[in-house]
Amino acid sequence: MDRRAFLATAAVGTATLAFPHVLRGQTKDPIRIGFPSPLTGPFAVLAEDQKKGAELAVDELNARGGILGRKVEVLVRDDQLKPAIGAQRTKELIENEKCQFIVGGLAAHVQMAINEQTKKSNVLFISVSQSDEISARPDGGPLTFHEALNPTITCRAVGSWVAQNLGKKWWIVYADYAWGKQCNMVLSETLKKNGGTVLGATPYPLGSAEFSAHLPRIQAAKPEVLMSVTPGADNIAFLKQAISFGMKKDMKIAQPLHWLANAKQAGADVMSDVYGGINFYWELQDTNPSAKRYVESFQKKYGTPPQDYGCYSYSAIMEIARGAELAKSTDSEAVAKALRANREYDHYKGKQWWRACDNKAFQDMWILKAREAGKTRGDWGLFDVVTRIPGNEELERTCAEKGIA
Amino acid sequence: MADLTLAALAAQLFTGLVLGMILVLLAVGLSLIFGLMTVVNFAHGSLYMLGAYLGFFLLGLTKNFWISLVLAPLLVGLFGLLIERVLVRPLYGRSIDDPLLLTFGLSLVLVEAARLIWGKIGLTLDPPPALAGAVNLGFSAFPLYRLFVIAVTLAVLIALWLFLEKTDVGLIIRAGSRDRLMVRALGVDLGRIWLIVFGIGTALAGLAGILAGPMRGVYAEMGVTIVIESFVVVVVGGMGSLLGAIVAGILIGEVVSLTTYFAPKLAEIMVFVVMALVLLVRPSGLFGETGLME
Amino acid sequence: MIARARTWVERHPVLSFFIFFAVFPFLVPYPAVATQVLTFGLFALGFNLLYGFTGLLSFGHAAYYGLGAYGTGIALAKLRVGSLWVGLAIGVVAAVVGGAIIGFLCLRRRGIYFAMLTLAFAQLLYFIGFHLADWTGGDDGLRGIPALPIWVPGIGSVRLNTSLAFYYFAFVLVGLAVAVLRRILDSPFGAVLQAIRENAERAAACGYNVRRVRWLAFVFSAAFTGLAGGLDALRLSVVPIESLYWTTSGQAVIMTLLGGAGTFFGPFVGAGIFLVLEERLSLITESWPLVMGAVFMVFVLFLPKGVWGTLLARLSARPTPGE
Repeated sequence: MDRRAFLATAAVGTATLAFPHVLRGQTKDPIRIGFPSPLTGPFAVLAEDQKKGAELAVDELNARGGILGRKVEVLVRDDQLKPAIGAQRTKELIENEKCQFIVGGLAAHVQMAINEQTKKSNVLFISVSQSDEISARPDGGPLTFHEALNPTITCRAVGSWVAQNLGKKWWIVYADYAWGKQCNMVLSETLKKNGGTVLGATPYPLGSAEFSAHLPRIQAAKPEVLMSVTPGADNIAFLKQAISFGMKKDMKIAQPLHWLANAKQAGADVMSDVYGGINFYWELQDTNPSAKRYVESFQKKYGTPPQDYGCYSYSAIMEIARGAELAKSTDSEAVAKALRANREYDHYKGKQWWRACDNKAFQDMWILKAREAGKTRGDWGLFDVVTRIPGNEELERTCAEKGIA
Repeated sequence: MADLTLAALAAQLFTGLVLGMILVLLAVGLSLIFGLMTVVNFAHGSLYMLGAYLGFFLLGLTKNFWISLVLAPLLVGLFGLLIERVLVRPLYGRSIDDPLLLTFGLSLVLVEAARLIWGKIGLTLDPPPALAGAVNLGFSAFPLYRLFVIAVTLAVLIALWLFLEKTDVGLIIRAGSRDRLMVRALGVDLGRIWLIVFGIGTALAGLAGILAGPMRGVYAEMGVTIVIESFVVVVVGGMGSLLGAIVAGILIGEVVSLTTYFAPKLAEIMVFVVMALVLLVRPSGLFGETGLME
Repeated sequence: MIARARTWVERHPVLSFFIFFAVFPFLVPYPAVATQVLTFGLFALGFNLLYGFTGLLSFGHAAYYGLGAYGTGIALAKLRVGSLWVGLAIGVVAAVVGGAIIGFLCLRRRGIYFAMLTLAFAQLLYFIGFHLADWTGGDDGLRGIPALPIWVPGIGSVRLNTSLAFYYFAFVLVGLAVAVLRRILDSPFGAVLQAIRENAERAAACGYNVRRVRWLAFVFSAAFTGLAGGLDALRLSVVPIESLYWTTSGQAVIMTLLGGAGTFFGPFVGAGIFLVLEERLSLITESWPLVMGAVFMVFVLFLPKGVWGTLLARLSARPTPGE
């Protein structure tokens, strides 16, 4: 054997000896997904649902061998609903815990702070709550994906349906912060497009829970529909106060989003007959095969049906798995490219797809109406499904409108 | 600019009165405690929250709103006695800021404890059917429950006034607010008086909580913003002055209500603007005395 | 041996700071937490100058932190100022101007009224920041702060793209601030400051302009706090609106108390304890605020001098002012 061949063989031999070591090293190290979420604070209930959805996804993945043969871990960290803490936790997850991917963020301002860190470190981030800006310039980027619905899509969908089915004279009460203002703007536009009029729009400071000052005026204007853009505890306080002023009898009440936990907390007497949009409701299992599978899996692990926000985390982690398998790599850029090249997926409710120019997920949503007391089924059967609104790119701004070429 | 009718204005003013009543209950408690003990009770908001949660708990237990309305503030008052004796009393003689810092820590503990005990989801506190519904006041339909809140607060304030004016203990409290050293020199056991005052002050906070619960819902963070607003009321009225707390409470309630009508975006900040203006013009608040807590 | 070390530290506080914090990133799990201790420590340092050394409790220090953060952020993100140094300088100037004006207005009252006025102005700034969304990003926060390279004389252009690099950048600036504070405290001005804290009437009787000295302390305090805000804007690449909210002011109070008000290193010790506690506790239990509040109460009741303050008191027979 001449020298060159010998060296070549030796090289291959050494590589072969090294290769199983590398392989073993790879299969030893788990894939870690960082998950900042506001476990403490006013949205703790939603965060808990997010966490459950994430952990269910990880369980299911590990049961079928993990991602690329490696175990998957999700590291949940409390971001206290504060951007500074969210950013700090993300840094810790990336630098200290060596997470390859980040999923999470509840509320727009925290998502964007997390996003700044993941962009700096070139780590793939899938955001799982509402925000219009996260998928637009300057915040969005090739490694920033948005799984959840956003104010534009939600309000165009809900707004159109309400204008066509409930009434064309509205009064809008909205929380004076980013989400509330965006919803107000889109709802007003949508109403006008459908030939309706906004009789009035009243902002209020988020978290103030004292609406009685506004209500007499609204009553006097006699709208057909009262649009309540009031998140969290405000939602319940607002509905209670509106009811105490007798307004439920005089007009229909609708809101851009329903949250199952919120409806449970409010009770059927408060919530009854209120319309709202939602990304997922567990009773869809009766008619939707993907939903059936998801609900059964969730119910088996946790003993309660899934709520709404948890689905986003579940789907996001499943997407990371899908992207990594397609790319045969855990490199963020490779996974991102793979997801854009293979846009369609279905993890819990039917077909969803990514739009390539802004990494925005499109999906079905539903209009729900809360049931009256006495008509609810068990602890969680709180809504009637009114109609399905299929995923549609026309419900969202175009990439050009978002500042992306 | 919203079109202003007399009826709408009257409705706004009534709404502001209800807002003010809750603030008054909180501010009177804070002012009592501060006036006698120069203790700034930062946990007042959490005790307000506790009143609401206890109201929910008692309502579930007794199924009777009236009993809960009486018991919840009493329980909060008892808890207040405990706080004074165990936590605040040891700080006597130390820096004047220490009780403030201590009660700040206590408020963190209480809010989280409420979440642990009653869960992260907020709760619903329903007024009794007798108080549901609205009353036609001529200018607008106004919720009966809110009128009830006004009535209860007035009754409690009158009872408090009688207590302070007509009883011996009340006399000592008033004297102690004016000149603590003198009262001690006269041989009065201030420790017992402090207990009573802290108990009354915190009971008032608990009452405000259970009254507010049906209007705004019961949730762990409910005391966080209102404690700041109550501090503003106390400072505007003059620390240690009960009349000041009442006048300032109603004033601020009306200011917020009217601002909400005319310029909703400014509503949050008006409270602070009013306070800054009052303090810059009248250094010790509307009815306060100079030299107190300098 | 300990006494000798302690005396040395006492005599060379700035040098001790530089030595300890030069190796600090290697004592903690990851560099980003070390940077956080530095910036939060500086924030507490600024607050401590006013509270611990001048005796004025401010509830509104978030205002200067926020002015520093937004000043730096807006300069870099919106005005596209091309240099980090200039961005930081603008932040500090904004904080100083804010401190000068607000201090002037608030110092006309004392005690709890002073504290409430500082809170009112801070909330006013929060409100303005919230609603001037075109400049500040409103409640979404100010994003898009560029990570510009800095120009170091002698070395050239340096990219701060690792956490460790950014740590040393912050380390130099915070160290300078610490040195400046030392000079202030050691100067005649510093002596008057502490005299006023002990007994304002006597200081006035000695002929010092108490109001003016307090105002200057307020302005210096705002400057340090503003620098902390500016550094955090760079560290996080965002300026959240909570920077101006009263809960941020509360953090400065907690950290100063935990470390030891009126001590020199107390703020940094307090910042370290607070941050480590917050992070580690939140891994153990979701009810960590309860533990945090309980710990805080324990400190107020039994360790009012804070960790560093108590340590100093234990290690020496005689009290040493200004450490």
